[in-house]
Amino acid sequence: MTLAPPTDTTRDGRFGPYGGRYVPETLVAALDELAALYDAVRGDEAFWREYHELLVDVVGRPSALSEAPRLGERVGARVLLKREDLNHTGAHKINNTIGQALLARRMGKRRIIAETGAGQHGVATATICARFGLECVVYMGAEDVERQALNVFRMRLLGATVVPVESGTRTLKDATNEALRDWVTNVPTTHYIIGSVVGPDPYPRLVRDFQAVIGTEARRQVLERTGRLPDTVVACVGGGSNAMGMFAGFLGDEEVELVGVEAAGEGIATGAHSATLSAGRPGVLHGALSYLLQDADGQVAPAHSVSAGLDYPGVGPEHAWLRDTGRVTYAAVDDREALDAFQRFARLEGILPALETAHAIAWIDRSRGRWRAEQVVLLCLSGRGDKDVAHVAALLEPGA
Amino acid sequence: MASLSVTTSSESRLGRAWQSLRAARRTALIPYLTAGFPDCLASREALRRVAAHADIVEVGVPFSDPLADGPTIQRSTFAALAGGMTLPRTLELIDDAQLDVPVVLFSYLNPVLQYGVERLTADAAAIGVAGILLTDLPAGADPTVEQPLLASPLDLIRLVAPTSHPDRIRDTVREAQGFIYLVARLGVTGATRELDAGLAASIAAVRAETTLPVAVGFGISTGAQATAVAGLADGVVVGSALVDALADGGPAAAEALMATLRGAIDGA
Repeated sequence: MTLAPPTDTTRDGRFGPYGGRYVPETLVAALDELAALYDAVRGDEAFWREYHELLVDVVGRPSALSEAPRLGERVGARVLLKREDLNHTGAHKINNTIGQALLARRMGKRRIIAETGAGQHGVATATICARFGLECVVYMGAEDVERQALNVFRMRLLGATVVPVESGTRTLKDATNEALRDWVTNVPTTHYIIGSVVGPDPYPRLVRDFQAVIGTEARRQVLERTGRLPDTVVACVGGGSNAMGMFAGFLGDEEVELVGVEAAGEGIATGAHSATLSAGRPGVLHGALSYLLQDADGQVAPAHSVSAGLDYPGVGPEHAWLRDTGRVTYAAVDDREALDAFQRFARLEGILPALETAHAIAWIDRSRGRWRAEQVVLLCLSGRGDKDVAHVAALLEPGA
Repeated sequence: MASLSVTTSSESRLGRAWQSLRAARRTALIPYLTAGFPDCLASREALRRVAAHADIVEVGVPFSDPLADGPTIQRSTFAALAGGMTLPRTLELIDDAQLDVPVVLFSYLNPVLQYGVERLTADAAAIGVAGILLTDLPAGADPTVEQPLLASPLDLIRLVAPTSHPDRIRDTVREAQGFIYLVARLGVTGATRELDAGLAASIAAVRAETTLPVAVGFGISTGAQATAVAGLADGVVVGSALVDALADGGPAAAEALMATLRGAIDGA
């Protein structure tokens, strides 16, 4: 398979008007260094060969493509699953942490920091730091530390220091603020592994490129299995890295419909949601201009979702541009629909999906009747739901 | 005090202020306070009392995600937001306080973007605001925002960091106005015990590229530190230590710290 990353679509670090580099001056030099290194390694075949060897050796790639026959029967289409849940550490996040750990090693930085929401990116970062012998500090909102106790312990077992963040909304947004504060303070020795296609340039494009393996593999696997391209490709969107990685494989195939599914939380009308592209407007957070949940004064609004991984008031700037250009359609699914889909999918297919992924499954379920039986729907099954079992149990059987 | 040759346009309010400072051979004392902290009334009183000992006052617009700030300014920010402070109310507060010294608006970019850049420069200039500093808008980051700011009556003040290379300093100061705000050390805002050993070299690197006055901030909390910085720079910025004093002892305590720092600087 090809070792090169996808064609870069940014101009001056922007996707249309979105993206950019809105950071304190202290970080400009580090972002210049990272961008220069990344521009150099984009054409460096040895770099991509090592990255792919690690994807095989550490992650177990390529990830499988599975049929979802009973979901397919229910929605009236052939549904195929790209099984990122079968990756080592249980989600797509590891693809990006391997790429960025390689970049850190090239820069001679031996201390790694990361933010995490659901904990999957934190676990993936801690995993690759253990493998590479790097120091690892993970910032996690105090509320998420409570919601995702299992992942916190996994990170600690892997040798990472987990720092609960008590400020602000005590979730991913504030964990990201705290990681950026650490980076400003320790930038000469430290690389910040951002976990999604967010943040200042070059992060949105390098994270996309390190996740593009999802879409590259899936496109080839679907063609091999069905002899055709999928009609619809569906992925959940928080910051948007699994979706961006999957979509990257199909952006050039104009006949393929791309759908990103955000979290509508308790309903967009209630204000308690994370549907940034559906209900936000452009603003600057965490170094980039993109859609943002905010009030009239430009204060960032607290996001809400039953799934910690989608509970973020921003979204990657490339998604903002894909929304505006109409290339990708964005929909929103609420907590209840996601919980229903989580349970139904487990019973139909014998797979516990991550609650994040359950939003994308719910959208497919909700859309039954829009496809013909021979049409192919490809779902990015971005992670497994083991991490969510205790949380779902508490929601379904309160007091049990 | 250190040598100071001001080329800031004498048309600007900050330019005139620096000219009088030079004439009087004084180092500027520049306090930072978060608008609306600890509450709106006390904030106005604190601004007035602090301004009585200051040459320029920085007024912070509270923002929900103060990622360049340490614990002190974060706490003051969240308290101010809980009290209903906004960018429009910050402008009202500044207008209401009727300070005799130039005011610099200190903000993260997003509240300014949502208010409208040109609307803000017009409204701020109308109430006599002298300059603006945007924490997360490094030089060259967004010409669509920077051009209207540079063309406005407000001076656009730029930050230089310890990590800024000489080329970067040159690019940053080229279009800077008012003065250069030199970040004294790596990290977020907050009081520290020791000043960075590389400070003199950082100041020299900035002076090699610009004749604008250089003010130093981040970490200055004591009279001894203020004295040391005054020996090198044209201005001393005090933020977190002042906000701590205000939090602990109210406007009177903030004023007392200002008097101490003033004495330390003037004796330098």
